[in-house]
Amino acid sequence: MSVPVLSAHDIGKSYGRGSARFDALRGVSVDIRAGESVAIVGKSGSGKSTLMHLLALLDNPDSGVLLVDGTDAKKLSRSEVNRLRNQDFGFVFQQFFLTANASVLDNVMLPLKIAGVGARERKARGMAALEQLELADKAKSKAMNLSGGQKQRAVIARALVNDPKVIFADEPTGNLDTATGAVVEDILFSLNKDKGITLIVVTHDPELAARCDRQIFIRDGLEDTTIGPAGAHA
Amino acid sequence: MKAIDIVKEAVSNSFRSKLRTSLTVVAIFIGAFTLTITSAIGTGVSSYIDTQLSSIGAADVFTVSKAGDAATAAGDGPAAYDPKNATAVSSGQGSRPGTTIQALAKDDLAAIAATEGILKVDPSVRVSPDYIEYDGHGKFQVNVNPSATPTTADLAAGSQLRQTGDAGQVLLPTSYLTSLGFADAEAAVGRSVTLAITDYTGTQQEVQAIVAGVQNETILGSGVTFNQPLIDQMHAIEVTGRPASVTEGYATAIARFDAKASPEQISAIKADLKDQGYTAQTVADQIGAFQTVVNGIIGVLNAFAVIALIAAGFGIINTLLMSVQERTREIGLMKAMGMSGSRVYALFSTEAVFIGFLGSAIGALVAIGLGTLISNILADTVLSGLPGLQVMQFAPSSIAIIIAVVMGIAFLAGTLPARRAARQNPIDALRYE
Repeated sequence: MSVPVLSAHDIGKSYGRGSARFDALRGVSVDIRAGESVAIVGKSGSGKSTLMHLLALLDNPDSGVLLVDGTDAKKLSRSEVNRLRNQDFGFVFQQFFLTANASVLDNVMLPLKIAGVGARERKARGMAALEQLELADKAKSKAMNLSGGQKQRAVIARALVNDPKVIFADEPTGNLDTATGAVVEDILFSLNKDKGITLIVVTHDPELAARCDRQIFIRDGLEDTTIGPAGAHA
Repeated sequence: MKAIDIVKEAVSNSFRSKLRTSLTVVAIFIGAFTLTITSAIGTGVSSYIDTQLSSIGAADVFTVSKAGDAATAAGDGPAAYDPKNATAVSSGQGSRPGTTIQALAKDDLAAIAATEGILKVDPSVRVSPDYIEYDGHGKFQVNVNPSATPTTADLAAGSQLRQTGDAGQVLLPTSYLTSLGFADAEAAVGRSVTLAITDYTGTQQEVQAIVAGVQNETILGSGVTFNQPLIDQMHAIEVTGRPASVTEGYATAIARFDAKASPEQISAIKADLKDQGYTAQTVADQIGAFQTVVNGIIGVLNAFAVIALIAAGFGIINTLLMSVQERTREIGLMKAMGMSGSRVYALFSTEAVFIGFLGSAIGALVAIGLGTLISNILADTVLSGLPGLQVMQFAPSSIAIIIAVVMGIAFLAGTLPARRAARQNPIDALRYE
């Protein structure tokens, strides 16, 4: 079998010190293989977001080992981590994190701008991503004037613009109504199926979790293996 | 992120909160405006002094006086009597009223003349004519130009004084023309004026002198200037009837040295004279002393402007801190997407520098516009008596320096907020609500 894209061995993370110390994650092991879709499921406060942050290299684990394409993440230089997050990862957030006053296109082009791509290519690739998500007509609109569904599609376009290997989606449908949520889900899963982009979804929505190839249940900072896939419908 | 994108982004970010940015820009504007004006005044006044004195022909003379150990500092009490230093004379122009310095006697002149490098020594003689009159138009008091060194005057008409020959010549200041009865400067040139001088016995005698030229008013004192033959002539009258026992003392003497002497040689002669107890000043030294005063005043004004700029620097810190706070999430997002801390730092520093540039460039431009206008108006009205004086002169180099300094201050002010932004943890920033 090929080397997992991301592989966590017994990783732990705690916040605060002394009596205020809070163990968000107490030793979780996960292997994520290229092309699969994985749901990280748990209640709020379970540590599922922390796990995603660690997998996405947004934070460093206090204990355990994290391998990216077989390389220990600790051995990666800061600029390599930045490059990885910029080019190999795409992020979709529940709260969108769009710059309200900037145009949709500017928002989508942000990762390319950070990568140092020239203005012309930036625009072409940004427009291509928007067309893919049927938002090309909104390119010049300000981000704040979009509807919720349009905002999340813009966010997905931004995540896609760098042709990432992995998309991390943190409650992607959390702020959307059922109908728009379903549309966004369809987009994410079609990217997974058609383009082979690895999809890591953090959610407490059982239905969304069930659509993924595999579910990882997190409870109180530990993986809960007792629930099983059937538990998703509990 | 490319440098050009960082600059563009920083510029557009600074316009996001227009009111806040413009208030900060106003604060910088005030400092930069003041600094531009004060430095322009410095340039204007200095260049005026330079034009007044740049044409000084006698670069090869020292004004020598006795080094003042007897010119006691206030509070020291009187110095012990020494027959050799007995003669004190008023030191004249440029000194505190009432102060005296030791007079130079004949043997002093001989000692100076014997100093290596000194070619010739002449005592500077002061004459005080009683009045000046032209063609029966009335008698007027004479204010003698106290400038001890032979200078090349800034002329409105006529020619410079001839220091050789027998003909007595005068240079009149422009302010004397109307009183003496001349229609204009040209009309005075070549005319003969009468000067009266009282001899030692109290008898008034008259001498005739030709007006060689008319001199523009200067800030270094205005008055009638005589050529050497005329001074000699009047001095001869002044000492007529003087008892032989009265020794003559001079406040200063003019010592000539080789015009081709290098600055090192000049310093060597000065040091040599100093060892013998004489103070020697070249014309450059005298101008230097004057410019030191002007520069001192300008320096104080500049210091105030810099204080204003430092205050504005805190405005920048405040503006950017608010901006960092507001954009916490955006910074977190950019960092999550792989933007390095140093680029975030660069982004906010650039914004600070841009605000600094905006304030200083507008400040300098307005200062140039307003300053030129005011300077022109002043030159035509209040300062019309000092032709050639443009109070404010804007030198491109000093304006460039001011803008650079302000941008430097802005950069320093921006480091604190920029560091805070650069250090933000993407997770905390994204969680921030």
